[in-house]
Amino acid sequence: MTQVPDENGRFGKFGGRYVPETLMNALIELEEAYKHYSKDPEFIAEIHSLLTKYSGRPTSLYYAKRLTEHLGGAQIYLKREDLNHTGAHKINNAIGQGVLAKRMGKTKIIAETGAGQHGVASATVAALLGLECKVFMGEEDTKRQELNVFRMNLLGAEVVPVTSGTRTLKDACNETLRYWVSNVDDTYYILGSATGPHPYPMMVRDFQRIIGDETRQQIVKEAGRLPDYIIAAVGGGSNAIGMFYPFIEDESVKLIGVEAAGRGVETEEHAATMTKGRHGVFQGSLSYVLQDEHGQVLPAHSISAGLDYPGIGPEHSYLKDTERAAYVPITDAEALEALQLLSRTEGIIPALESAHAIAQVMKLAPTLGSDQIVVVNLSGRGDKDVQAIMGYLEGGL
Amino acid sequence: MNEIDAAFQRLREEGRTALIPFITIGDPDLATSVEIIQAMEQAGADMIELGVPYSDPLADGPVIQRASERALANARVTLADVIEVAAQSRQAGVKLPFILFSYYNPIFQYGLEPFFELIAAKGISGMIIPDLPIEEDAELRAMAEDTGIHLIPLVAPTSNDRVKRIAAKARGFVYCVSSLGVTGVRADFHQGIDEFLSTVRSATDTPIAVGFGISSREQVERFSKQADGVIVGSAIVRKIEEVVPLLQASETKQEGLAQIRAFVSGLKG
Repeated sequence: MTQVPDENGRFGKFGGRYVPETLMNALIELEEAYKHYSKDPEFIAEIHSLLTKYSGRPTSLYYAKRLTEHLGGAQIYLKREDLNHTGAHKINNAIGQGVLAKRMGKTKIIAETGAGQHGVASATVAALLGLECKVFMGEEDTKRQELNVFRMNLLGAEVVPVTSGTRTLKDACNETLRYWVSNVDDTYYILGSATGPHPYPMMVRDFQRIIGDETRQQIVKEAGRLPDYIIAAVGGGSNAIGMFYPFIEDESVKLIGVEAAGRGVETEEHAATMTKGRHGVFQGSLSYVLQDEHGQVLPAHSISAGLDYPGIGPEHSYLKDTERAAYVPITDAEALEALQLLSRTEGIIPALESAHAIAQVMKLAPTLGSDQIVVVNLSGRGDKDVQAIMGYLEGGL
Repeated sequence: MNEIDAAFQRLREEGRTALIPFITIGDPDLATSVEIIQAMEQAGADMIELGVPYSDPLADGPVIQRASERALANARVTLADVIEVAAQSRQAGVKLPFILFSYYNPIFQYGLEPFFELIAAKGISGMIIPDLPIEEDAELRAMAEDTGIHLIPLVAPTSNDRVKRIAAKARGFVYCVSSLGVTGVRADFHQGIDEFLSTVRSATDTPIAVGFGISSREQVERFSKQADGVIVGSAIVRKIEEVVPLLQASETKQEGLAQIRAFVSGLKG
């Protein structure tokens, strides 16, 4: 496979920079700064030091013995991104981009958030590095994720509730881009997923690839070989691309992205961008998009605020169309069942996002032999979701 | 000759600056849009931007976003509907050059070839696509050149050394963004605005027009000295929003249109 993205930020036909002209220079500056610093040993060392001493990396690769026995079939390993500081993989990227913002001389950072994990990670890094921080969050999500709003406030960030459109992640992204257009001189936008205009999808992937790099070393040390399957949840797709990327050249490793089917892909209430979307231009890049026949972007639905997004990172679209990765839908109900199973068999309460990946393992592992190895990226822990889960378990979906 | 070029040539001979209003088509409904376009022409508009409502208008502020939401909620307005409004306005006798303002995705979904076939036959002279920077526009620009429909690019105060490259590709006019940020009425413009406009002016012989945030006769006059055209969007869309209740009742519709006409006339010095 050729190296992607190319110099125009294209992953095959996907990606690019479909943004207002006002942002173009900022994106070009960002790309140049990233190119420069990503080769700077001091920059790399600072990030490495924060990832190890502050965030607690490497995260462990854990053999889930009881889950493996319960499902019967393939051996299941969990990549424990939930053990990171702030409780999810989002901190990897926030540290990377935060340090970059500082090097670029920016004093203010902005971020968008759905479930709040990227918002908390950005607020955390802002506190750590002494930067001002504003986080845009759909009003709907500020209610679903009250605890994370409180966390961000405690960390000194301002949470801006977004009341336009669907009042969820999609509109939080629009609002953050709009704010950036107006304040592009002194403000750095820490984009939280592998989406948006170039160079973000590439940069977020590079900051998240540590997940796959560690997994590779750990599984070879533990099992003596590469896994047969790698499974990760995809909303925008940052944890999945970080996990997949170092394995893309290894054709024997099957890559599976799990997207939110909400109330079912046969209904209109889902976030199954790959299953039901078409190629389109949305929030700065060409990718798969949930849209109507006239090109209006459709609202997405998922039990998980982090997967509730009608777009997906362009590199995932490229992996789908080149058939290097497969993307499958999991419903709200299946995710909720998986969440309870993992809690009871392993004593790990996963984030609702990660529960989608576990639900796919529940389907896949029993069909495989015990000589097969499946690694699941457990992208975050479920603390943020317990209130919502309580509601769903008591009141139904 | 493209009608936009003809209009600027005529205005230049008369020593005037073009007033270019923007409206969101389908706000509040398609038939009323035709009447608003007629009212704009009567009020002295020289060209008009026809906005295609979009679910995720990244370059627009709350006023135009609300207009899009109204158009999508009331009439589920599509790209094809907007172009049909242009055709109907022509039939109703409107002579103004039409400039389509659309985000890229509705055009991309329609298909570039069918899109150009459609607009060529319907009297559209130019188009502005706010999320299609020059890096991404090669295919569409080539088709625009072939069909003689002008692709009008935006330049911003942050464009710096991109100004020359953008201006070199401009057809019709160069759309100069007067301030950082999204569309919307504002009192202050970018502090380097005058220098920015003279940079654009010296980069090209193509006419230049200023837009984003212009809402009053004083502001129109201020920019008339430096530019060949002045674009007024949010201020007009806000005026339309104010009179939507009048426009929606048959007995008060003419009053609503009269108010829009008066507002647009009032922008001209």
